[in-house]
Amino acid sequence: MYQYNHNDQILIEERVAQFRRQTEQFLKGEISEDGYRALRLRNGVYIQTHAPMLRVAVPYGVLNTKQLHKLAHIARTYDKNYCHITTRQNVQFNWPKLEQIPDILAELAEVQMHAIQTSGNCMRNTTSDHLAGVGIDEIEDSRPYCELIRQWTTLHPEFDYLPRKFKIAVSGSLNDRAATQFHDIGLHLVTNDAGEIGFKVLVGGGLGRTPVIGQVIKPFLDKKHILSYLEATLRIYNLFGRRDNKYKARIKILVRETGLEKFSKLVDAEWALIRDGLEVSEARFDAMKAHFEPLNYDKKAAENITFARYKKENKAFETWVSYNTLEHKIDGYRVVFLSLKAPDTPPGDLTAEQLDAIADLAEIYSFGEVRSTHRQNLVFADVKQADLFQLWQLLSVEKLATPNIGTATDMICCPGLDFCSLANAGSIGIAKEINELLEDLDYLHDIGDVNINMSGCMNGCAHQSVGHIGILGVDKKGVEWYQLTLGGSSANEAAIGERLGRALPKNEITQAVGTILEVYIQQRLEEESFLDTVKRVGMEPFQEKVYASH
Amino acid sequence: MQVIKNQQLIDNHWTFLTDDAPLVAGNISVSFARFQQEKAQLVAHNGNLGVRISPTNAVSELVADLPQLALVELDFSDFADGRSFSQAYFLRNRYGFEGEIRAIGSYLADQAFYLSRVGVNAFSADNLPQTQATLNDFTVFYQ
Repeated sequence: MYQYNHNDQILIEERVAQFRRQTEQFLKGEISEDGYRALRLRNGVYIQTHAPMLRVAVPYGVLNTKQLHKLAHIARTYDKNYCHITTRQNVQFNWPKLEQIPDILAELAEVQMHAIQTSGNCMRNTTSDHLAGVGIDEIEDSRPYCELIRQWTTLHPEFDYLPRKFKIAVSGSLNDRAATQFHDIGLHLVTNDAGEIGFKVLVGGGLGRTPVIGQVIKPFLDKKHILSYLEATLRIYNLFGRRDNKYKARIKILVRETGLEKFSKLVDAEWALIRDGLEVSEARFDAMKAHFEPLNYDKKAAENITFARYKKENKAFETWVSYNTLEHKIDGYRVVFLSLKAPDTPPGDLTAEQLDAIADLAEIYSFGEVRSTHRQNLVFADVKQADLFQLWQLLSVEKLATPNIGTATDMICCPGLDFCSLANAGSIGIAKEINELLEDLDYLHDIGDVNINMSGCMNGCAHQSVGHIGILGVDKKGVEWYQLTLGGSSANEAAIGERLGRALPKNEITQAVGTILEVYIQQRLEEESFLDTVKRVGMEPFQEKVYASH
Repeated sequence: MQVIKNQQLIDNHWTFLTDDAPLVAGNISVSFARFQQEKAQLVAHNGNLGVRISPTNAVSELVADLPQLALVELDFSDFADGRSFSQAYFLRNRYGFEGEIRAIGSYLADQAFYLSRVGVNAFSADNLPQTQATLNDFTVFYQ
């Protein structure tokens, strides 16, 4: 993974000192409430229902064991012993004290971590595919490009006070696992006819109140122009993005109101003036790629025979392998998912003890690295098949081996009304109910690939509008209600879910989800997935059953 | 009144004339609108000339006049409006303006470092020492 050089380290230490000074000045009344709000947001600090929330950046989802131990230490020392993995691969702490946050940031800086630009109207953490470098469908490893973008976006002097937040995601694979079509800018590594690597650039995607699928603005951008093209786009957005209404301030609205063609011309005109001065040299790419060289894989890993035997002998292990592991680029290795969706824990939460255990296991079994995923799980990207049986047992002890990756209980869920000051309704409680409803593993596995995404409000942190089943919490005169959508997807065939019908009260929502899954089972043809069935039969059969029984 | 210029605290040598104030000799700055209307008289007046622009003004409209100007003031009515940062970039980097670019109005002291990085070299503020101190918050950067 990327190792900080001297200047990278100095920069985050100077940022900690700056925020410490800003916080002290604020507490002494020397910085206004509004001013401090803007400054703390750019350091990941939100003020939530019960306490401040600190969002720590995990650039493109990559963590090492030292960093995991540090997160465990922070959870134990400054929080209530746990943290939360977000859909943009970051880590959140829900209970820090404001005056201790500079100390937390100083601790993070010791292990090359920070919370810079994880909130506020600025360029946010660059996210990517959790299978970067190991996926079998990869065109090129996205991580060197992500790091280049991370550095360019960090403390960019011109673009820190944008009309609204700005998110960039990069995918280097044929299958999009980073929801790039729902980012302000989505970048896909592609190969042109001449065999050269470049980017397909998408612009104007986003979730939230107005979900929009990003449009292709450049089918092929030479990779040496990546920073100049980003700069040109950001400059046009900074100058022309709406600032009169925060709900219309994202770049998706500017693109829609200007029209893609005209917007593209504006960007191109700006780009033409800057691109020669901002070219990224091959040497710079090579230096960045050197940080992500293939690991020292065991060439004999595939010769192991115990893996096949254990699978045959142990049904539970076989099930876990088929749901929670994936094929790896290197024969004899597999990618392992650590499910953060155990039945009785809030989706995406990790305790300090789990963090420490994960760090120790990663050290032994996966080259000391861990990745966070868009669907709020963790990944050991490089595990020898010979080690899988033992690793499975050890992960089971830590409640990290629930064989439900990609199934209906692998829910994306925001903190909801329990923690968030924006939420209209609870989500963690509903997630628990759905888990209870689907506790029979055979039934869960029979249902197969279903993404349930649940947000406690319109802001859509859990991406409900692109869930195969989306659940949105709404407030009706102080009572929690839930709106269902079906057919959304953030994968290659991106789609925004369609509303099923009127919202349902809290005590009926879990049953409704159960009914939807039953209708699917009745309607599906052979191996047809939930999403394909919804596409084929439409909303009616689902509406009939859900609203008839309620 | 003092201002920060090129990292130093110095006395302010500029006077802003409101749109209805009579022209006076010396270093004066005027609004973008007044500049557009009275360009000839303003350029001919005895002293240096500056223009005060808001985030909504297009700095491209000033390009031809920059050789006549010694000062451009970026007037922040709201610190969250980041257009001024791009305006400074255009003036300094794209159009090669070598005069003073001064931040005025309701920007945050803690924005001064970023402003200095996009070409602003002077700051008018109530809290000058605080603003001046932030200019050295970072010794390294990526852009």
